[in-house]
Amino acid sequence: MHFTYNVEGGNFTRAGYASSEIKKILKQLNVDLAIIKRTVVASYEAEVNIVAHAYSGTIFVDITPETILIKFVDEGPGIPDIAMAMKEGFSTATSKVREMGFGAGMGLPNIRKNVDNMNITSEVGKGTVLELTMYLQ
Amino acid sequence: MKISEIEKLLEGRVVCCEHKMDLSFEIACASDLMSDVLTLSHDNVLLITGLNNVSTIRTAEMSDIHCVILARNKTANAEMLALAKELGIVIIECPYSVFRASGVLFQTGIKPIY
Ligand SMILES: Nc1ncnc2c1ncn2[C@@H]1O[C@H](COP(=O)(O)OP(=O)(O)O)[C@@H](O)[C@H]1O
Ligand SMILES: [Mg+2]
Repeated sequence: MHFTYNVEGGNFTRAGYASSEIKKILKQLNVDLAIIKRTVVASYEAEVNIVAHAYSGTIFVDITPETILIKFVDEGPGIPDIAMAMKEGFSTATSKVREMGFGAGMGLPNIRKNVDNMNITSEVGKGTVLELTMYLQ
Repeated sequence: MKISEIEKLLEGRVVCCEHKMDLSFEIACASDLMSDVLTLSHDNVLLITGLNNVSTIRTAEMSDIHCVILARNKTANAEMLALAKELGIVIIECPYSVFRASGVLFQTGIKPIY
């Protein structure tokens, strides 16, 4: 099963819409509730990162009986130092982002904690690709 | 503890999902930082917060939080109410500070996570 969602940079009102749809789908598929929670928590932080740090993005979801694959592709400033960005507490978030309850540098570390596999690549001035995998079996 | 009792204890007002007054809670967390709330793996947690915007409700949705207490006279805006209604999340507005609301609930036996 494939699904695609667009994400608009800076639009905090809509942030979480895609993750909410993903949650509905996983519930319909009767996926284990603990796995759903880990998946959508990670997906929501990743979606918020596009809204907070990029200009626009697309989320590609691919579900098989074995895995949930979610790929976040954005056009944005990119991440110059991924190792640094992965560190708890590192953040370049604006005050607008903090007003929304994010921007403490906890998103990427929490995504890593919740998913079975995480892969992030980025090109400065172009954008970032984040791939998350959950194993269902 | 039931929502109806929480509402009374905090001199609060349930403004969304009034039909869920019988939901019951044993643990709570207090935070304005949604990234912090999203690190909790516990289920059926009561959230006490001063952050009144739509990301509070989205965070509750992702974290399977079924009741949000807005402290210090923060009111839920139309966007929050619409989303909470759709998702079945109870919102309680209350005049107490996060500290006082937490203290009152702690005293009656609601447990912290850490
Ligand atoms: N999609 C992205 N595009 C550009 N930069 C990003 C992206 N995601 C994360 N970052 C960078 O990594 C940092 C850490 O991200 P994160 O751990 O989610 O914390 P926060 O979003 O709270 O700042 C961000 O502050 C930002 O500098
Ligand atoms: Mg983030």
